[in-house]
Amino acid sequence: MYDKGKILTGLAVFVVFMTYPFWNNIGRAAYVKPELEKPRMAKECVENVEYMRAEHMAMLNEWRDEVVRNGMHEYHSSFTHQTYAKSLTKTCLKCHENKDKFCDKCHTSVAVSPYCWDCHVDPKGVKQ
Amino acid sequence: MNTTRRCFLKLASIAALGWGGVRPAAQVLASGGAAPSEGLLFASRHAVHAGPHALTAKRWAMVIDTRALTSEIIKDMVEVCHRIHNVPDIPTKQNIKWIWETHFENLFLDDVHEHLPADHPQIGVALCNHCDNPPCVRVCPTKATFQREDGIVMMDFHRCIGCRYCMAGCPYGSRSFNFMDPRPYIAKITPEFPTRTKGVVEKCEFCAERLAEGKLPACVEVSRGAVVFGDLADPESPVRKALASRYSIRRSPTLGTQPCVYYLV
Ligand code: HEC
Ligand code: HEC
Ligand code: HEC
Repeated sequence: MYDKGKILTGLAVFVVFMTYPFWNNIGRAAYVKPELEKPRMAKECVENVEYMRAEHMAMLNEWRDEVVRNGMHEYHSSFTHQTYAKSLTKTCLKCHENKDKFCDKCHTSVAVSPYCWDCHVDPKGVKQ
Repeated sequence: MNTTRRCFLKLASIAALGWGGVRPAAQVLASGGAAPSEGLLFASRHAVHAGPHALTAKRWAMVIDTRALTSEIIKDMVEVCHRIHNVPDIPTKQNIKWIWETHFENLFLDDVHEHLPADHPQIGVALCNHCDNPPCVRVCPTKATFQREDGIVMMDFHRCIGCRYCMAGCPYGSRSFNFMDPRPYIAKITPEFPTRTKGVVEKCEFCAERLAEGKLPACVEVSRGAVVFGDLADPESPVRKALASRYSIRRSPTLGTQPCVYYLV
């Protein structure tokens, strides 16, 4: 092999860089789910908790399209057998009153920041 | 390869079979709102699946009595609309408006001349005409603006990319562009209705969100009878009765947009 030294050094540098995220994380604390503020006025979410945890983003997108484009404003939950308005402010934030200590807290810990609140209003944060 | 006629005909018949299974092209390009997919090119009309309390119609329309309107009534109409929809008040040319007072001759470019009776109305109110043939919907590249089956020309703010083709398309100036973040210019935010952001276009939606709750548009409610709202397809509706009672005109009808806001003169 020609230039053996250069090639092997290059490969070693490459491997070190590629695996940097893994060994850099060794010894760090594992992800812990943040302590979220549970709603006081209700025991159950609009669907079961596991479903909400996994699917609320898709569900909200569906609600958005159904309300705005098809004029369907009501959500019938097969879990609670109740009807909810398909609305961020008027439904989710009615129960999860404290957006900072619920939605935002979890989102911050997983590094997502939904842009919905550029337009949708958190009643708590409104100047009166 | 040497293609014989027999070979060609075989291939052609197989191709024709395959084509038969494809939806007719026109349907693909402009599917109805009820179909699960939307048309590719042309705007489609969206079906409305109203809840049990909703007000519904075949074709919503508005009739404005220009002789009953006063500046005071218009002020109330504008105030309530802009308050409940979080429309900002920006003190420059970049202001946003959903409904506004304007001079009679600005409303009816084609119909006003210098020899009208002295007591003819000097002012009127303008808003989105919810045209039957809306140019804004035709030009929107993302279908952010679309027409519902009941005639309402809706905005889907989530889809608007701010290209402003619709503003160029609208001959009535009914649309406003957010040149800046509107929130600092909203005196008191109404939490129930989302605001908008910099870079989207907005306009009147005939209070679609209120109709869904069984309420009339807010401007109609405060108009002290000067504005009526109802189903153009129903001969017993207040709009049809108003149209039957007096002579009415629409804004720039020769453009072929078929406005559904009528003005009694
Ligand atoms: C550009 C501003 C804007 C952004 C950004 C935005 N929305 Fe909206 N949204 C609106 C407006 C305005 C309405 C009300 C439309 C109407 O009633 O005609 C609405 C309505 C909705 C509705 C139904 C009614 C309600 O009160 O909630 C849902 C659900 C919704 N949006 C979800 C979302 C989600 C989820 C996001 C983020 C991923 C989002 N929106 C981002 C402006 C926005
Ligand atoms: C009727 C009140 C109510 C409404 C409305 C509601 N929630 Fe919930 N939600 C709850 C309750 C109570 C819990 C906790 C349930 C539990 O821990 O058993 C919960 C849990 C959740 C969780 C899981 C939290 C966790 O512990 O991991 C998510 C995510 C969530 N809600 C999102 C939403 C969203 C998004 C909406 C709007 C579509 C919404 N919720 C509307 C009451 C509500
Ligand atoms: C238990 C943690 C948790 C809670 C509580 C939670 N979310 Fe989320 N949310 C997530 C995660 C994780 C994602 C990112 C999912 C992804 O990227 O696929 C997400 C994504 C979203 C998105 C889509 C963002 C995007 O950019 O597409 C929206 C909208 C959203 N959440 C709304 C809410 C609202 C509103 C609440 C409070 C009522 C809430 N979430 C509470 C974990 C949570």
